[in-house]
Amino acid sequence: MAVTEAANAANAARPERAARPARPARRSRGAWNPNRRRKSPALTLVMTLGLIYSLLPLFWLLVNASKSESNLFSTNGLWFGGHFSLFENVKQTLTYDNDEFLHWFGNTLIYVAAGAGGATVLATLGGYGLAKFDFPGKRGVLAVVLGAVAIPGTVLVVPTFLMFSKLGLVNTYWSIIIPSLINPFGLYLMWIFSRDAIPAELLEAARVDGAREWRIFGSISLRLLRPGMITVLLFAVVQTWNNYFLPLVMLNKPNLYPLTVGLDQWNAQSQTAGGIPIFNLVLTGSLLMILPIMVVFLVMQRYWQSGLTAGSVKQ
Amino acid sequence: MTVLSPGTGLEAGSAGPRRERRRGRVRTRWTGWGFLAPFLLVFLFALVAPIVYAVYLSLFQDKLIGGNRFAGLANYTEAFKDPQFWSGFERMALFLVVQVPVMLVLALGVAFAIDSARLHWAPLYRLSIFLPYAVPSVVGALMWGFLYGTQFGLLGQLDRWFHTTLPDPLGNTLILPAIGNIVTWEYVGYNMLIFYSALRVIPNEIYEAAELDNAGAWRIIWHIKLPSLRPAMLVATVFSVIGSFQLFTEPAVIFPIAKDQIGSAYTPNWYAYNLSFNGQEYNYSATIAIVMGVLTVIVAYLVQRIGRRGQEA
Amino acid sequence: MTGISRSAQAWRRGAAVLAAGALATAGLTACSSSSTSGGASSTSTAGANDMAAALQKKSTLTVWAWAPQDKDIAAAFEKKYPNVTVNLVNAGTSTTEYTKLQNAIKAGSGVPDVAQIEYYALPQFALAGSIQSLDGYGLDSLKSDYPAAVWDAIDINGSLDATPQDTGPMALFYNEKVFKQYGLTVPTTWDEYVADGVKLHAANSSEYITADSGDPGFTTSMIWQAGGKPFTATGSTSVTINTQDAGTKKYTAEWDQLEEKGLLSQIAPWSSAWFTALGNGDIASLVTGAWMPANLEGSAAAASGDWRVAPMPTYDGGSPASAESGGSSDAVMKGSSNALVAAAFVQFMGTDAGEQILADSGGFPAENSILNSSAFLDQAPAYFGGQKINQVLSQAASSVLPGWSYMPFQVYANSIYPDSVGKAYANKTDIYAAVSTWFKASAAYGQQQGFTVTVQ
Repeated sequence: MAVTEAANAANAARPERAARPARPARRSRGAWNPNRRRKSPALTLVMTLGLIYSLLPLFWLLVNASKSESNLFSTNGLWFGGHFSLFENVKQTLTYDNDEFLHWFGNTLIYVAAGAGGATVLATLGGYGLAKFDFPGKRGVLAVVLGAVAIPGTVLVVPTFLMFSKLGLVNTYWSIIIPSLINPFGLYLMWIFSRDAIPAELLEAARVDGAREWRIFGSISLRLLRPGMITVLLFAVVQTWNNYFLPLVMLNKPNLYPLTVGLDQWNAQSQTAGGIPIFNLVLTGSLLMILPIMVVFLVMQRYWQSGLTAGSVKQ
Repeated sequence: MTVLSPGTGLEAGSAGPRRERRRGRVRTRWTGWGFLAPFLLVFLFALVAPIVYAVYLSLFQDKLIGGNRFAGLANYTEAFKDPQFWSGFERMALFLVVQVPVMLVLALGVAFAIDSARLHWAPLYRLSIFLPYAVPSVVGALMWGFLYGTQFGLLGQLDRWFHTTLPDPLGNTLILPAIGNIVTWEYVGYNMLIFYSALRVIPNEIYEAAELDNAGAWRIIWHIKLPSLRPAMLVATVFSVIGSFQLFTEPAVIFPIAKDQIGSAYTPNWYAYNLSFNGQEYNYSATIAIVMGVLTVIVAYLVQRIGRRGQEA
Repeated sequence: MTGISRSAQAWRRGAAVLAAGALATAGLTACSSSSTSGGASSTSTAGANDMAAALQKKSTLTVWAWAPQDKDIAAAFEKKYPNVTVNLVNAGTSTTEYTKLQNAIKAGSGVPDVAQIEYYALPQFALAGSIQSLDGYGLDSLKSDYPAAVWDAIDINGSLDATPQDTGPMALFYNEKVFKQYGLTVPTTWDEYVADGVKLHAANSSEYITADSGDPGFTTSMIWQAGGKPFTATGSTSVTINTQDAGTKKYTAEWDQLEEKGLLSQIAPWSSAWFTALGNGDIASLVTGAWMPANLEGSAAAASGDWRVAPMPTYDGGSPASAESGGSSDAVMKGSSNALVAAAFVQFMGTDAGEQILADSGGFPAENSILNSSAFLDQAPAYFGGQKINQVLSQAASSVLPGWSYMPFQVYANSIYPDSVGKAYANKTDIYAAVSTWFKASAAYGQQQGFTVTVQ
């Protein structure tokens, strides 16, 4: 569902608002103050069910990552039981099979940094180009780029593999990074963002001063585009961090795997003569894998929020 | 393209060039291309070229014995009467007809609740329900696979507590809902965020007016909130539809513990994958990919048309 | 590591054999468009000296294998030939590896020098021309070192395609504690086994005689053990698939009684739940390959002392009969730039040195000399209550019925098994009808791929 993510970024971060310092408009002024409304215990109760639904699997993961392989299924799955082995599990996960996990973690970071970072750069440049310049063929470009979004990304993985294999690109970092660079919704988002966040007058003034376009971009526009870029980056990071199908197909060298494919391999490793099941490490590895991205979620909260707050600044 | 236009701001966007033209300064006709070039180059290489290559491949047949030969449209005629492919397609159609509305209605409800200001600790709920989106679908499917276990999973636990025998979610009848649940879990918070962000944009003045009219909460939802959510809903629907047809990771991760139920053609993507890498039918697999892509575009377009008509009415 | 000194001997013997073989690998031609260009060895006539010389040169060998013992075997090889570096890669287990192997072959890059391939999958890779034949490497004389069925599996259409790694002659593993508790007799016939299954589940509804939710490897092995021969390959391009096979009928008629009545636990094999159920007695027995003990000891430790091994039940209670399940071979992949060293490595794995290391660390070897050695036969693991299980398992190895062959596209066939037979298990319907459907669907694929398929 990769495309969906980016799609909604368009809405989640309405750039015209995100561009400006977020002001909690609705709360701060006016006679109509929602904060003064009566809280509803019934609603809170119903929503608590939703909260439990959302967090239960994560809680389960935490509980079971703290059990040894032998206690994993002999104790109550929903509560801590037996010896508390979280730290042993973490240690074992990190060191198992010559630090395989750390290696995969490093690969994931490479894919995320290059893929998501690159996607953000390309989308920013392209979006800016679309918003601030008029050039021949612009509408055609738009139609093709945005039309491509409707083609399911995973459908393209197999043909991309076949093509990359002809080019000798499979089994390289590039085979994962290059397809990740394309984020049509990032482009779209940055286009809208550039249009609204950079006052035309500012550019005019700079041009009158004789500054070159690339200089203007570097010294003036880039700063103004930063909030939008971060939003695009966030969505792209989630997308590449979670990437599974593409590396599954493109890579057959375990030393190139990202965490998703690596953990899946651990999960399957019991299926052989003398194979040792390491479900406890699979679970601990999963926990370790989602922690960083959750931290990113929480720390970057205000950027998810940036598009959400200020209703008042709408033109 | 048109799929995107409603409410995502594309109308406003297409006004962009016009606005600039009005100002009457086209300083450097080609500088725009310069900015766009890096994106376009990668786009051509990583998206357009594979599509073209897939079309090319789909016109050939490469046999283990007999080698490669031009096959014209033979692969397409085969795809059109391939019961495996169509059963996967129908399953996904059913999936999207049921799962997408359920997920979106839930997301809508949560968004209303959080926006209502009648909820204690609203940010806690917003964040918690959004959190599963951060979980890779591989890990999500893995966790739910364990939870679904009737022996040692959550279900087994419930059975022991209440002395019941709950049906196996990974059994024949419930496997599709079970996968639907995983997808819902992953994306409900994400869609909620979209709706919530759209709700936050509604100007206060409208609420104030409604308050003066003594409109109740439900009337406000019905007459103010829902209409203004339309564009966001349309976008969320279109992309959930596209997402449904892409379903791969969840069935792939669940497969080892529910082989009989998932088989080799559970979803069109899973089918294409198996054709390629278990059966070496790369050409036919490319054909399936193309047919699937075209069908997705058509369905997405129809959904968007219907949604738009609803909006205009 | 006791295997090392023996391995030196074995190696000397192997080298002599190789010298005799004189490595006439010229003229090996690719028979598929998907094969990559041949390695150096396929274009020149290599002599034993070349082989010995190659082993002395600095080289790196990429080996894809998933068996846990392979690390030790690779280390032993490196120790013996310090100039050769073995780059051992776990590219996944069984079908996962085959998928990746197929990807690499298609991509034309990243194909390993050596790959572990199960016997059932070997014909598919061999016929597609993805495997470097070992003919002319002087390994033919090893034939008598292995049980006949093992040699049948690696010698495809008169070409030696791999060396054996481990074997999986089937036997009945049962939980004696559960059997005693419910008064079950250790079955010698399948009828008795079915009766046990009925009795056990009736006595305790959470107990099952065995777990089987439909597995292509199990189904084919059971047909094999029933004397069936549904697949006959003629040459490399034509195959006959018999849907009326007598063995198939015999087996499915028996197994249907368990399957349709819901007497088989549906816990997915190799899942955490499966291991737990094997440990707590919910699954009372398994009919499976001789490599199972290590898995039980490692992953169902709770049942230590409870499990026993008996010969596989038969249909008439007469002479013992078994079948292979899940054994693996090691093949040199076509396109290996280092085929001489690769051939030496697979020989090392398949003969005394590698086999001994395998046997010492819980694998079940293929080589007769180990299978019949008293050191092997006298092992009495505590997990099995001190039973000398290898006596039963070695016996099973020699009673594997000869003459079986798989479809030349068995990997694909197995991947579509869930669509027909798996569905029958899920719906508790007739297995025989479903197996026929499966055979026909596989035949259709074979035809599509250009094979001449005769369906009877």
